[in-house]
Amino acid sequence: MKELIKRLVETPGPSGYESKVREEVRAAIEKYAAEVYVDALGSLIARKGPDNGSGKRIMISAHMDEIGIVVTHVDKNGFARFTNIGGVYPRNCVGGRVRFLNGVQGVIGQEQAGAREALPLSQMYIDVGATSPKNCPVKVGDVAAFERPFTDLGNRLVSKAMDDRIGVAIAIETLRQLEDTPHQVYFVFSVQEEVGLRGATTSAYGVNPDIGIAVDVTRSGDTPNGPKMAVKLGNGPAIKVRDSGMLSDPRVVAWMVARAEEARLPYQLEVLEGGTTDARAIQISRAGVPAGCLSVPSRYIHSPSEMVDFNDVQNGVKLLVAMLSQPVELG
Amino acid sequence: MQIPIRTAQIRLLERLCNACAVSGDEGEVRKIVLAEIRPHADSVRVDALGNVLATRQGEGAERLRVMLAAHMDEVGFMITRDEKDGFFRFDTVGGLDARQLVGKTVVVGKEHVPGVIGSKPVHLTTANERDNTISVDSLRIDVGPGGNGKVKPGDRAVFAPNFVQIGRGKGRSLRAKALDNRIGVASLIELLKNAPPNIDLLAAFTVQEEVGLRGAKVAAYAFDPDIAIVLDCTPAHDLPHWDEDQENTRYNTRLDAGPAIYTVDRSTLSDPRLVQHLTDTAESLGIPYQIRQPGGGGTDAGAIHKARAGIPSVSVSVPGRYLHTAASLVRLADWQNSLQLVYAALSRMTKELLRKAR
Amino acid sequence: MSQTAAKDLLKELISIAGLSGYETPVRQRIEKAWQPLTDELSTSRLGSLHALKKGAGKPPRESILIAAHMDAIGLMVTRVVDGFLYVTEVGGIDARVLPGQAVMVHGRQDLPGVVAQPPAWLLPPKARSGPVPLENLIVDTGLPARRVSRLVRPGDLVSFAQPPLELGGDLLAGHSLDNRASVVALTECLRILQTRRHEWDVWAVATVQEEETLAGAATSAHQLRPTLAVAVDVTFGKDPSSPAHRTFELGKGPVLGWGPNIHPGLHKAFKQAADRIELSTQKEVMPRHSGTDAIALQVASEGIPTMVVSIPLRYMHTPVEVIHLKDVARAGRLLAAFIAGLDDTFMEKLAWDEE
Repeated sequence: MKELIKRLVETPGPSGYESKVREEVRAAIEKYAAEVYVDALGSLIARKGPDNGSGKRIMISAHMDEIGIVVTHVDKNGFARFTNIGGVYPRNCVGGRVRFLNGVQGVIGQEQAGAREALPLSQMYIDVGATSPKNCPVKVGDVAAFERPFTDLGNRLVSKAMDDRIGVAIAIETLRQLEDTPHQVYFVFSVQEEVGLRGATTSAYGVNPDIGIAVDVTRSGDTPNGPKMAVKLGNGPAIKVRDSGMLSDPRVVAWMVARAEEARLPYQLEVLEGGTTDARAIQISRAGVPAGCLSVPSRYIHSPSEMVDFNDVQNGVKLLVAMLSQPVELG
Repeated sequence: MQIPIRTAQIRLLERLCNACAVSGDEGEVRKIVLAEIRPHADSVRVDALGNVLATRQGEGAERLRVMLAAHMDEVGFMITRDEKDGFFRFDTVGGLDARQLVGKTVVVGKEHVPGVIGSKPVHLTTANERDNTISVDSLRIDVGPGGNGKVKPGDRAVFAPNFVQIGRGKGRSLRAKALDNRIGVASLIELLKNAPPNIDLLAAFTVQEEVGLRGAKVAAYAFDPDIAIVLDCTPAHDLPHWDEDQENTRYNTRLDAGPAIYTVDRSTLSDPRLVQHLTDTAESLGIPYQIRQPGGGGTDAGAIHKARAGIPSVSVSVPGRYLHTAASLVRLADWQNSLQLVYAALSRMTKELLRKAR
Repeated sequence: MSQTAAKDLLKELISIAGLSGYETPVRQRIEKAWQPLTDELSTSRLGSLHALKKGAGKPPRESILIAAHMDAIGLMVTRVVDGFLYVTEVGGIDARVLPGQAVMVHGRQDLPGVVAQPPAWLLPPKARSGPVPLENLIVDTGLPARRVSRLVRPGDLVSFAQPPLELGGDLLAGHSLDNRASVVALTECLRILQTRRHEWDVWAVATVQEEETLAGAATSAHQLRPTLAVAVDVTFGKDPSSPAHRTFELGKGPVLGWGPNIHPGLHKAFKQAADRIELSTQKEVMPRHSGTDAIALQVASEGIPTMVVSIPLRYMHTPVEVIHLKDVARAGRLLAAFIAGLDDTFMEKLAWDEE
């Protein structure tokens, strides 16, 4: 699975421009799904499970897109000004590297080279080694992802785009491992989550599920003087109760907890202040969908070095497989 | 073929700009639109929010259903309280910079009652005061005594109508309030009148764009098109930097550079296939165009592309200076080229466009 | 419903915890109240209560959806530290009203607690003067740490425990009057309609999650596809500290909304209905949106002509909200009068002027 994760995180795919990631996902799941298709905004949807089964229609959503940047202007000396796609923190940019979709690489610099703190993005620029707009290999509208290789620390994995390629990897593994299910499961590899859950909004409408589960990262409260949160790396996948965009359906939370306890898997209950997931969009779709989220505790989210615990990831797969393998009565 | 902009089109734009249609109260513009399009549409209806939804069928097999949207509403004011003697408290509707309001003339309500937004004479101010923005809360609309009979809380108000043509030749320009987005409305009327036969044209003259893209949301749900193109007006901040040695790197768009095609804004990531189609069309016909700088702002596309199971969308805007103020400015040539580009792009659209996945 | 019965129902409703996302307990009580007043009861996928009272007209009948959100604001446990609870908000809360408040912690059992304001030296430097931010307040159940860790977990809810308090002049104080007062007004409307003929179908909907996502209103409107929608909610009541031009007198009748979130024809029709039954109303001008379920109702599916009827309420989103019981009754009467006046010509009359 680590090989899969490495391939996924190292593929560039900022919101709106996910096609390279989509191709990786398609190659990984094609043989295991009954049907694979791409919807209007580019989400990849893979269906598994019996057509006339006794179960429910369940949508699992993991987003393919990552945060990135887009060129707004190439100045007279060949420096490329940029703005963000999704939540990009200036402090994570300074001295960082990017890779454009056309392959060009660059370094992020900021004005006032002696400045102690990070300036706003409008006072930064990307240096691709050009000296004028004429010899600059990037232009207005070109899109780049942050560039940092995957690193395996043993129990902990580090890379840019763990948010949410780790969710994508969990969904892929679950799809592969799921053998007997009474449900019709739609694995949605969604687009444009980072800019407002847009892919999940339209995919949920198209799939029209009975239940929705997002698979995404969440913060953890286990770093020095860090955010105050009960969730910690290594304590198991998190079952989301609430985040700043939604309240998980209590029946879905109860179902997830019951499966985790039956399968004797470690789990944590998550309340996240600041951040939301595809589950919010699924919940409000059409006539409403009971929704929840399986979260992977992460450190340094939206930095080029997001960290997750590999045991949490594997237990996440086990929990998802357990949830999908048995009938569900939400009550 | 080219859709010409001549006296008739400019006169229509003048009537549209001088009409008063604040978000939620678009009746005056709706009336003009309905009169103009009824003879040219196969079906016309007004929906629950006041959107005008018109269709014009094409001919031939395998036609794309293309939604074109242009919002009818403008930013403006709503009277909130009668304070007697002709003074009225008001609030802004849509994005307005409080610094643009002072010392302006307005018209209020269906009868266009004239009023002013005054401020304390400079002689009576202190230096400290002059350093601070006058808040909307402390401003009043003054219609004079006796105005109480004609103006009441709930009435809308706008900057006073003031359409003029300026200059000639290449620099010929139009200056008016509400060019955002009467210019889009005027373009959509022309496109409906001259719809190319290879598509089914679904025209949505939307309401309440300025307060959250609300009309577009329900219009897109109703139409459920294959593709959507939004026609709007976008800021040109192409003024000089205060420090002449520094480049203005955040102009958004520039006047004279042609229609602005959107790739990334706060509300939408345009479908790259549609962006490609527009730029290919422009280049093959020699129509000037610019890419609107990625960044903030949004158009009706923000609501449309998320409707139902998703709708590939893009926006094309006429660049305009000083939008959302009493007097905006556009170049006639940019308007002409925008109309030309969208028309040509529509004429060349086939189902091939959506064959490859986004 | 006599004023006493309405008051009793309201006091009962505000004594049941039904925080956004967890409305089941209050939904069950409302179901009991609406059962004898309606023809069909059902629950939406997200837990909103749908009650259909069929009209007398020939099918296919138009329908009107009246939404009163049943969820209330409160708190949720984020961490348990040495038996003390840290919390976050559910719905919008001004943390300044919290210190010293009595609350109920809904863990494995209901545990009374109090919101504690730690002394300055136990707070981070930037929180030592001025109001203590929510993240630094603590809920104390008074129980030993071991017991708490068995009974309380992150995600458990904490509701206000202020009991209803009758004030002079037919005023009632308590928490969750936003929006249980409107639920009672809607109940009163249904009661009046028992003996008043109406052509259209009426969907009385107690929506969920208005305070958080408007998910209840959006999804119920999508499911039920009504011809018209009305949100019944509360608006700002006059009090000495709030700006006069944004507040409304208690006891002077329901408030009719006006602005882009409301169909002007519907506002006028409601005003006419009020005039017909000689009910005084006030007008609330809302330049942008109404801050109610109407935001979602108006743009559901293909769009729905929408109205907002509000009950003035003081001290909104505190545990001591105050309403006038007569305003609740009048809102109910107005809704019933409007519904009774709906016939098969109404929608033509509602057309936009220019059509």
